[in-house]
Amino acid sequence: MWYYEKKLQYPVRVSKCDVQMAKFLTEQYGGADGELAAALRYLNQRYTVPDKIIGVLNDIGTEELAHLEMIATMVYKLTKDATPDDLKKAGLGAHYANHDKALYFENAGGVPFTATYFTAKGDPIADLYEDIAAEEKARSTYQWLINMTDDTDLIDSLTFLREREIIHSQRFLECVEILKEERDRKKIF
Amino acid sequence: MKESTAKYYELLHEIQQVDFALVELNLYLNTHPMDQQAIMQFNELVQRSQMLKKNFESMYGTMRNFGESFSPTPWSWSNTPWPWQV
Ligand SMILES: [Fe+2]
Repeated sequence: MWYYEKKLQYPVRVSKCDVQMAKFLTEQYGGADGELAAALRYLNQRYTVPDKIIGVLNDIGTEELAHLEMIATMVYKLTKDATPDDLKKAGLGAHYANHDKALYFENAGGVPFTATYFTAKGDPIADLYEDIAAEEKARSTYQWLINMTDDTDLIDSLTFLREREIIHSQRFLECVEILKEERDRKKIF
Repeated sequence: MKESTAKYYELLHEIQQVDFALVELNLYLNTHPMDQQAIMQFNELVQRSQMLKKNFESMYGTMRNFGESFSPTPWSWSNTPWPWQV
């Protein structure tokens, strides 16, 4: 089970209302390489991977939920004071018609989230390589997002998230090494 | 910013810093379980984190749910602000 703590993993501040940026940020909320997909991918894989790497998947999957909450906070804060007209002008008219200002798991283009964004192969090496690729793709998305804003507060939080993808990728690479070492040891004896 | 608000952010940031170091060490130790120095650092920070949270909760109400924190009277867990509101 999980416990909740009333804090974000890293502070999220925004210096202005920016609906268009909120729209772009939903890519990391309900997009293919977003935080929801990451959390669900790892927390789902953890049941059937070798014991040695369950902890890594469990804990990174949990951290992704904290990142999801940070992205949601960004979107919430960036749209909190927006009028229906602001939303319409930023391309969120269709979103407003369906959801008002509620968050919705969709990508930046408005495509709803789907479980087909990730897989579980049951082969730990295959799964880990997918995880590494997912982290690198998320890292790229954060860079593209940073490139589209001049809000220094927002850039600070996005930079934190980009850096986390690098660490996660590193930990998954170490898992690959651990499994390969174990496999080679079994071959020798 | 009011002085009380500034204090709230200051204490919260301190917790966020310590807890971030704990997440980092935790992930690192999952793949480096024999690093004794990292384990020592981890345990020191666990103690520091618990102390900071106890102090924060005495001023701003319960921070952790489901029995991870004691409750004052009246019940303060479900009070605002929630993390996305600060
Ligand atoms: Fe990640």
